[in-house]
Amino acid sequence: MSRVLPIFLLLAAFPLAMQAMDGLFYVSLASRMLIYAIAATSLNLALGYGGMVSFGHAAFFGAGAYTVGILAAEGVTSLWLAWPAAVTVAALAALFIGAVSLRTRGVYFIMITLAFAQMVYYLFVSLKTYGGEDGLALRGRSDPGFGLSLSGDLAWYYVVLALFGSLAYGLHRLAGSRFGRAIEAIRENSARAEAIGFPVYRYQLACFVISGAAAGLAGALIANQSSYVSPSLLHWIQSGTLMIMVILGGVGTLWGGALGALALLGLEHLIADYQIGWLARLAPNYQDHAGLAVGAVLLAVVLAAPRGLVGMFARRKSA
Amino acid sequence: MLELRNVSKRFGGVVATDDVTLEVEPGEVHALIGPNGAGKTTLIAQISGMLPVDTGRIVFGGEDITHLKAHARVRAGLARSYQVTSIFRRFTVLENLALAVQARSGSSFSFWRPLAAETALVDEARAVSEEVGLSEKLETPASNLSHGEQRALEVGLALATRPRLLLLDEPMAGMGPQESRRMLELIERLRRTVTLLLVEHDMDAVFRLASRISVLVDGRLIATGAPQAIRLDPQVRRAYLGDELAA
Repeated sequence: MSRVLPIFLLLAAFPLAMQAMDGLFYVSLASRMLIYAIAATSLNLALGYGGMVSFGHAAFFGAGAYTVGILAAEGVTSLWLAWPAAVTVAALAALFIGAVSLRTRGVYFIMITLAFAQMVYYLFVSLKTYGGEDGLALRGRSDPGFGLSLSGDLAWYYVVLALFGSLAYGLHRLAGSRFGRAIEAIRENSARAEAIGFPVYRYQLACFVISGAAAGLAGALIANQSSYVSPSLLHWIQSGTLMIMVILGGVGTLWGGALGALALLGLEHLIADYQIGWLARLAPNYQDHAGLAVGAVLLAVVLAAPRGLVGMFARRKSA
Repeated sequence: MLELRNVSKRFGGVVATDDVTLEVEPGEVHALIGPNGAGKTTLIAQISGMLPVDTGRIVFGGEDITHLKAHARVRAGLARSYQVTSIFRRFTVLENLALAVQARSGSSFSFWRPLAAETALVDEARAVSEEVGLSEKLETPASNLSHGEQRALEVGLALATRPRLLLLDEPMAGMGPQESRRMLELIERLRRTVTLLLVEHDMDAVFRLASRISVLVDGRLIATGAPQAIRLDPQVRRAYLGDELAA
């Protein structure tokens, strides 16, 4: 905990420094990073802690985003209604998808979660009432009431930061609880966990639902971030991106998802914004293909630091 | 305590257990012997709920548990150990045993309260570690234990669920003479507090420990009785014991 506090103080001071330096754009970028940190952390709960390799987490992320978008389109803009609704819808989707998928194991689980997510994707592509392929623009951010507004970048950043901090603390508590130990044991050896009396299926499903609910919260935030939702949030590439973030940061570690999100989005941003002279002469439009460089970095991290970025920083067994 | 009534299991065309009817009395050590592939491990899996029965019924403590899930049977007091060691290799000995105590003691749908505050789990895990002779190795990761110690932990995990009936599937598998002797002593101690159904190939151990013996051949139960009666049973000698006792 002693190492966490300075980091959060730094994160809290960051936008003030940016404001002083006239760099508010970076505050918005940081908000986006923190939202993806929430999404990747939620996936890490299922994937890293629970050992459930979900390749369909975009479904819950997107479900949360569309809940906010559709409610807004229908005139419901209250944060206190829209966000809990987004979390609830994502949790219910995770309950249904998890209940079916968890009857399978290994690569079948990966494929069936992917299949469900793609079904949800095509559902929203064909939902012409709410924009179909073009997506759905929101008039503004959710309304927190009490005469407050989230339209400013600073206020928005602090709300996202507070939610990320709460989620990280919640995950920290969960990891140290009875439930955390039970899902860790199930990941290690699910047959034996059942044989000493754990109802394995129920605990895995609960873990999956919590993970989906948190991804739904991230979805609600991303819809607000850009005041726009589109089916691309639900596409399998989104699921893959979240998975890359988790692997890059550190599977099954408290900060792995967050660190991976920061690193990946930061890298994409760097590549797009700063041209490397010799590389540009060699390949003039390399900046349009950030994926190539991201892939190279991912490869390097996976080979050089199998436990991800967290593993490089951690002294020993952390989280 | 445990009754199997006409229990069968087929895998495709192969009959693994065939119409097995068997009763385990409270307080006894009931040994289940038979040649390799006789269906002993399949029967253990059926009793513990890992494999469904095709036909027949399983009654435990007067209650029909035929369709009870494996984890629920553990709660009812029926635990098993594995022939191939199945422990939580990355956990320490203490964490392994505390986990099994946790599984037994109340729900684990507790997301907030630190596990570290539950000293009762650790206390009980320590007590089990003493029973199985691992109290010196509490902080050792299970993967670093010797084979004999891992076998002891294997039994300890089952024991930590405080069963009324313990199914031991070849507890001495792969052990040297000294490790075997220690396991034998452990089982001698266990029999005072818990009913045992023991699958074992070591005939010296079986005849020393068992109150009664059942013989399984090709999935069928060919005899059940006191060790002396089994030793002399002509059918058993022909099917299985002949070679082993002649040696």
